[in-house]
Amino acid sequence: MSYTQIAIDAVILSLLLDLFALKTALIRRKVFWTSYAIILPFQLLTNWWLTSRNIVMYNAHEIIGKRIASAPVEDLLFGFALILSVQALWVFFGRKARS
Amino acid sequence: MLAFTIIGSFWLEIALKVRVLVRWRRWLKAILPVALLFVLWDAYAISRKHWHFDTRQILGICGPLRIPLEEYLFFLVVPLAAIMTLEAVRRVKKHWIVGDE
Repeated sequence: MSYTQIAIDAVILSLLLDLFALKTALIRRKVFWTSYAIILPFQLLTNWWLTSRNIVMYNAHEIIGKRIASAPVEDLLFGFALILSVQALWVFFGRKARS
Repeated sequence: MLAFTIIGSFWLEIALKVRVLVRWRRWLKAILPVALLFVLWDAYAISRKHWHFDTRQILGICGPLRIPLEEYLFFLVVPLAAIMTLEAVRRVKKHWIVGDE
């Protein structure tokens, strides 16, 4: 599987986790999108740092080739899936601790 | 990059008193399963040469699955920063529902 395929799968899995497995439904909440809006510029900045300085390099055959702030667009899917999954689990375990 | 993320987010612990670090059981439970999957993804991607690292710009210490130490730290530091950001938004917007009230 290419980076593109895995990144799309990761986003789908994180959405399923948030909406159906944990039922945290963070993607319907303002608190999530506000936090994501804060995190995104920092991700773009660190992505740019890591890719423009060639600290991390990507295989052209495994990405679609579109780049944002010097990093593959797939990185944004990767970041979204990571953030949503962790935040959903954080909220889920906060809920369980109280009940 | 890791230092930048730590500096950029961990001040929320002090300034907004988000109290994330002290709730270590909860963040460990949230981060470990996700980090494990992403580490496996990383291992697959490195082995299939989806991405590679400039050996002169990393510490050169590799953990299990031939993954650089920085990658392991990434999957700890970035999720912590994401949780702190969520808690910081909650601190500022007290009437917004998070889902664990």
